[in-house]
Amino acid sequence: MTAPDGDRPGEGTPLLEVRDLVVHHGQLKALDVISFRVFPGEVYAIIGANGAGKSTLLRTIAGLHHPTSGSMLFEGNDITRLRPERRATAGIVMVPEGRRLFASLSVEENLQVGATYARPGPWTLDRVYELFDWMKGRRNQPAAQLSGGEQQTVALGRALVANPRVLLLDELSLGLAPVVVQRIYGMLPQVLETGLTVLLVEQDVSQAMRVASHIHCLLEGRTTLEGRPADVTAEQVEAAYFGLNGAASTTQPSEGSEA
Amino acid sequence: MVWVNAMIQGLLVGGLYALFACGLSLMFGVMKVVNLAHGDLAVVAGYIAIGIIFVTHVPVLWSFLIVVPVMAALGYALQRTLIQTALDRSVLTTLIVTFGLSVVVENGLLQFFSANTRGIGVGLSLVTASLNIGSQIQIAYLLVVIFAAAVVVLLGLQYFLSRSKYGRLIRAVADDREAAQLAGADYRHVFGIAAALAFGTVALGGVAYGMYSQLAPTTGTDTILLYAFAAVVIGGLGSLWGTLLGGVVLGVAQQIGAQINLSYEGLAGYLVFLAVLVIRPEGLTSRRAQS
Repeated sequence: MTAPDGDRPGEGTPLLEVRDLVVHHGQLKALDVISFRVFPGEVYAIIGANGAGKSTLLRTIAGLHHPTSGSMLFEGNDITRLRPERRATAGIVMVPEGRRLFASLSVEENLQVGATYARPGPWTLDRVYELFDWMKGRRNQPAAQLSGGEQQTVALGRALVANPRVLLLDELSLGLAPVVVQRIYGMLPQVLETGLTVLLVEQDVSQAMRVASHIHCLLEGRTTLEGRPADVTAEQVEAAYFGLNGAASTTQPSEGSEA
Repeated sequence: MVWVNAMIQGLLVGGLYALFACGLSLMFGVMKVVNLAHGDLAVVAGYIAIGIIFVTHVPVLWSFLIVVPVMAALGYALQRTLIQTALDRSVLTTLIVTFGLSVVVENGLLQFFSANTRGIGVGLSLVTASLNIGSQIQIAYLLVVIFAAAVVVLLGLQYFLSRSKYGRLIRAVADDREAAQLAGADYRHVFGIAAALAFGTVALGGVAYGMYSQLAPTTGTDTILLYAFAAVVIGGLGSLWGTLLGGVVLGVAQQIGAQINLSYEGLAGYLVFLAVLVIRPEGLTSRRAQS
């Protein structure tokens, strides 16, 4: 499995590979033959408008939706039929959309639940408390009492203490003030330092372009654009995002020499 | 003085009702399952105790040490198979399945043990001995023991739920099953543990009821399940100590009713139950304000 990838030569074996994924919500086709690979150490961003299928894609990778067809590989192993909890313990951990903290549990208990089935690794409760310095002092507070931004960081911490190999981030920015979003994304380099790979879904394109090493744009369940942020123009992204000028049929940007 | 006596009797019997109720409340709180076979399982536990005492001659009072683990294991097994299968279809299906289970258990007991009532003989000393205050207050030691057992069980449950790893997982799964899965928790296993706790506590309730009164195949539905429901509703759904409060309120109401006229015992309990439903449907201890 060391075939060089067209986009990113010399990056070795993909950590996560999605092959021809088709997912239905009832009659509706939410994802239509999606394929991509995520390599170790990358920040892979799925962008797209509301209803493009981004969250469905992430939830399918986490095991919360069953694909109609296609397959998913993690570290070379087929995980298509694996239950969500088994994927989590294997190292695919998702921060779900809307935070989804355990509302009746305290901040610390939320983290403890995240650490219950943790893989061995650098992340501990103390390390999370170091990263988010406000958290330790309020660790006994019920999670439901926190602000949205604080909840988001606890949700991130809960995922980190599981020591994932790949961290799935579903719409971190949703419902949060831009300043808060900036601050949370500002933590990403410190998270990546520990050897994590990040696959994120983001509606906020400029935010995604800033942090991502690779972007993948979805429109109505289809891939409309894929490439490095530096290799794609703003016009291309706009067209792929909104489906203007028949760009929906374009699957790849013209990729010439390295930028 | 007779009224004080009635209240004390009601308070103590409330502990027994809390044993009936806490498992029902736990299963509803964690997996949204209303286990209609809850009372019948208490009766099964009582019959197992009678059988064990007959065969092995263990000290009667300690028979629960065998019965409770057996019923807890049965609870885990039933949750992982029958109830989980129903739950996978819909929460409503669990009502039908546990109702069916109740019918099967009750008729199975009738078939094999006849409709005769049976008691668990704890020996005259404990049943008849009582602490007498004046001439009109008699506190049976057995009821004190049962009440103390209920408090110990509730304390233990609370400690387990708030401090242990699995207690934390039970609360997490009750809050958000999917998020718990994303944290690597197999919610089916966690549900099984919650069911084991529920079955264990109601088994203790069944054995205690067999010592305090008499068990018949129909006791599960016509007494234990009804009292458990009433205690849970009065105390507030999902609240552990609420079941004790609910049980005590129910018990006191029954005893005061009985003091007025013996035939009012049941009626008085259900009147309080109805009153709570009308005035404070979220229960006495519920923190959630009505919107």
